Amino acid sequence: MNALPYLLEGLKTTLYIFVIAIIAGFILGLILALMRLSPFKILNWIAKAFIDAVRGTPFIVQLFFIYFGLNSLSWVSFDNFTAGIITVAINAGAYFAEIIRAGIESIDKGQAEAARSLGLSSKQTMRYIVLPQAFRRMLPTITNQSIISLKDTSLLSIIGIADLTQQGEIQASATFEAFKIWLTVGIIYFIIIYLLSLLANFLERRFELR
Amino acid sequence: MSIIQVKNLKKKFGDLEVLKDINAEVQEKEVVCVIGPSGSGKSTFLRCLNRLEDITAGQVVINGHNITDRKININKVREEVGMVFQQFNLFPHKTVMENITLSPIKVHGESKSDAEKRAKELLDKVGLSDKAQAYPGQLSGGQKQRVAIARALAMNPKIMLFDEPTSALDPEMVGDVLEVMKQLAIEGMTMVVVTHEMGFAREMGDRVIFMDGGYIVEEDKPNELFGNPKHERTKAFLSKIL
Ligand SMILES: Nc1ncnc2c1ncn2[C@@H]1O[C@H](COP(=O)(O)OP(=O)(O)O)[C@@H](O)[C@H]1O
Ligand SMILES: [Mg+2]
Repeated sequence: MNALPYLLEGLKTTLYIFVIAIIAGFILGLILALMRLSPFKILNWIAKAFIDAVRGTPFIVQLFFIYFGLNSLSWVSFDNFTAGIITVAINAGAYFAEIIRAGIESIDKGQAEAARSLGLSSKQTMRYIVLPQAFRRMLPTITNQSIISLKDTSLLSIIGIADLTQQGEIQASATFEAFKIWLTVGIIYFIIIYLLSLLANFLERRFELR
Repeated sequence: MSIIQVKNLKKKFGDLEVLKDINAEVQEKEVVCVIGPSGSGKSTFLRCLNRLEDITAGQVVINGHNITDRKININKVREEVGMVFQQFNLFPHKTVMENITLSPIKVHGESKSDAEKRAKELLDKVGLSDKAQAYPGQLSGGQKQRVAIARALAMNPKIMLFDEPTSALDPEMVGDVLEVMKQLAIEGMTMVVVTHEMGFAREMGDRVIFMDGGYIVEEDKPNELFGNPKHERTKAFLSKIL
């Protein structure tokens, strides 16, 4: 099939956006989760407002708001690529935040107490004791959310990003083989998502409490 | 000067006053056992001594540090005060060796090899030298508690707090843990032990404190308190458990 190299080119773009957005989203999610758990009410409130706003609006609207809305302001200017990555990242971040917060809260209080009683600071306790255990517990939900984010990237074709879905459209109309093209695109997405869940299973088994 | 001084300590959880007016002192190398009915505030009292609980009112001075002072670096004081919990609270994602060396490395800045050398000595002391690479999930309750003691000792604390260290153990495991605690007491560790093990309190305790309803009702040498209790409430409690 002549279209395959183009589709794989699109896949590269999809994966590129996905990897950057998911890493940024994870960092954002972690920061938001810690803000939610912070004793400072104002931080908690800001994080909650942000999370609610993202979770309470459609992805496409966020994408348009960031790409068309923000870009229309004179002092903002970014390309569709950046807008796409930001949208996927804040979406993943908002959902990650709640997952991470729940994960942290699920760790027995005795763990932090033991760490603090040994003289570790609250930061060290988070870093060495609470977060590592919480992440293990969160891995399945984190994977699910990452898969959703990967699927979300296909919506970025709307603002002209040449991702896998966009390449599918181009190739389908160029070759008049819509059935074959879209079946192939679907299979490629499926394989990537399958590999993602394999990776997650592998990590989960590695981290299983020995 | 006493190594622990508690003056007019009060502790509230919301509206519930759990410690009402606690006054106590512990001398260096002393072993003080705290007994009393469930809910009387024993754990809360112990947890106020390293400020795992915020202190509502009164004063707690640990080895010269007034820990009720908000400005004090509580982490520094906690380095001097080891704590052993009823539920062990070992870190399940770390090996026994890592459980013990974490704090010496991260807090004291010891090298890994120094910390591991000391950890091996401590494991030897609690009779678990073969378990260094095990994970807590692979240990019995008694072994977990002995690791927890070794972990606390790795910081070279001046004071050790024990909150019902044997209450979560199967009966056949209790002896091993008590044996380790006796050894510590003999070596001159200052210890405050909340316990239901009256045998231990009688044998190792220099003093026994009886708590009820958020007060220290009575305190005395073990022989006096067990043999000749002065207060009705002490008598009633002892008659139930002895
Ligand atoms: N974190 C807490 N929040 C609210 N109440 C608490 C808390 N911890 C303990 N209490 C209450 O304080 C009282 C004393 O508890 P505790 O010190 O654990 O007693 P003991 O160790 O003697 O059994 C109990 O009534 C208990 O329910
Ligand atoms: Mg208790």
